[in-house]
Amino acid sequence: MLNRPPSAGAAATTRVDLLLIAEMVRAGARVLDVGCGAGELLKLLEDTKNVDGRGVEISQSGVNFCVAKGLSVVQGDADRDLINYPDGAFDYAILSQTLQATQRPKYVLEELLRIGRHAIVSFPNFGNWRIRMQLLVEGKMPVTPNLPEAWYLSPNIHFCTIKDFLDLCDEVGADVEQQVALNAYGRRLNGVPLFLQNIIGEQAVFLLTRKPR
Amino acid sequence: MTGLLRADEGENAKTSRSGANEAKSRIASFTRDAALVLDCGVSLDPFSIAYQAYGSLNAEKSNAILVCHALTGDQHVANAHPVTGKAGWWETIIGPGKPVDTNRYFVICSNILGGCMGSTGPTSINPVSGKPYGLDFPVITISDMVNAQARLVTSLGIDSLFCVIGGSMGGMQVLEWAAMYKDRVFAAMPIATAARHSSQNIAFHEVGRQAVMADPNWRAGRYLEEGVMPAKGLAVARMAAHITYLSDKALHQKFGRKLQNRPTVSFGFDADFQVESYLRHQGATFVDRFDANSYLYITRAMDYFDVAADHGGVLAKAFTGSKTRFCVISFTSDWLYPTRESRRIVHALNAVAANVSFVEIESDKGHDAFLLEEPELFATVSGFLKSAAEKRGIAPTRVSDATDA
Repeated sequence: MLNRPPSAGAAATTRVDLLLIAEMVRAGARVLDVGCGAGELLKLLEDTKNVDGRGVEISQSGVNFCVAKGLSVVQGDADRDLINYPDGAFDYAILSQTLQATQRPKYVLEELLRIGRHAIVSFPNFGNWRIRMQLLVEGKMPVTPNLPEAWYLSPNIHFCTIKDFLDLCDEVGADVEQQVALNAYGRRLNGVPLFLQNIIGEQAVFLLTRKPR
Repeated sequence: MTGLLRADEGENAKTSRSGANEAKSRIASFTRDAALVLDCGVSLDPFSIAYQAYGSLNAEKSNAILVCHALTGDQHVANAHPVTGKAGWWETIIGPGKPVDTNRYFVICSNILGGCMGSTGPTSINPVSGKPYGLDFPVITISDMVNAQARLVTSLGIDSLFCVIGGSMGGMQVLEWAAMYKDRVFAAMPIATAARHSSQNIAFHEVGRQAVMADPNWRAGRYLEEGVMPAKGLAVARMAAHITYLSDKALHQKFGRKLQNRPTVSFGFDADFQVESYLRHQGATFVDRFDANSYLYITRAMDYFDVAADHGGVLAKAFTGSKTRFCVISFTSDWLYPTRESRRIVHALNAVAANVSFVEIESDKGHDAFLLEEPELFATVSGFLKSAAEKRGIAPTRVSDATDA
């Protein structure tokens, strides 16, 4: 369920998405990657940022693959197993392309903000114009290079738009330190107004911290 | 190779070759200055630990791996067994170029305290009576075994182990090492194990012990003095235990309801079924290489095992502040030490933000899967060790070493 979208068409974009996350992470930090898939991001972070990295992955094959590559990964479910981690155990708790596949996105985001001093969340923007158009014109659930599965096969059960996510951040008391939307070509939409980001953006990456209580 | 300890060089002054059964093992003996105070309060003095070693210790003494054996295993992990002549019990995974690569790592495997392959145990001579200890041997625990191993490791001049690896009861020792000697364990691989014995685990062991003690030849544990062996009782104990090492599916696939060398059932109590014949064989061969009292003592040590109990009932507290890199492995069809027990360990390690990997391997072989050819197990062990070795700065295998072997 926490596997990243495997679409080949999205490869270039995914790459940018991971690089962007890596940019947000301080060198040498303690990092937990929730839904780490085959470990691409963890590997990238270990190679380029020398992080002390750990991963959680729901699919056993993903876990075994990661551990055989030498990454520290445990089999676990973001919806159930984050509770085992102590408060502030990591500098960054990362949820890359996984939020939309969780049962309880709000709870998972709260857990990320509890475990990590920062949370980094990336997700596909359901407000993207292609998706809007497919719904509007065809009247069918959207299938895009980034979200290639039919609705009945998709692991993604909780889609949101960039605006929706901002509302959720507000709701759980998260401060948005950095917010980047990427277009279909993986280009950053810097200086673009929010309403346009929410239309052109195909993916979004947020760096968050919990508001002091 | 100067400055490096090679496994085949008897450098240690305290080591000596021993008798027939342990022909190939070295023995480390510890006397008064190193007496071992056991959990039960008894001070064991003197005591000996028999061990095997493979590969070479590097100049930094940073590449030592301690392999801990299971209930009925011994130190002959990667060489032919002196009694049975069979291959070492983990020879598939330990050796030159194998996942536990003896070209790169110095591998030590010792017979546990209480064992019967050269380490001090109930068959040893009690210095007080001049006779075999029998039931006068003090009841030992997993942490006693680990403390004894720690003496051995120290005597080999090794401060910190690169990795401690073990399956089943070996995994319990791994956990105890990680809990008791945090600074001496760089990496730890507890495989197919649990942090405590469950009621069911204890129950099966009690059946085994009762079978031994019900054998008239057991003679209240004094059978060695009386020149007899409780072979039948020990064989029954082994038969019962052996069932717990296999999965229902593996057993049924192997034997089904097939009959043993007969067209039809005999309407008697012969071994009609192949599975009966197989278990009888397992029991009969076991008694040739294992001591009945050792079996009682070791199963008792496992039953007493509960890491959390020593830490206020909170397993996580056993690992607080641990810098050890853990890799916990379980098997889907292992019902003796099921995945949920491994997960409990993982959750405790997560709770102290320890560095932990956890792999559950799909296998229908039951608990014994950890001893068998499981490609995913091999890939996991190999990948975890390589990555940890890199972190510890252990030089990769050199081509010259590889060709030496």
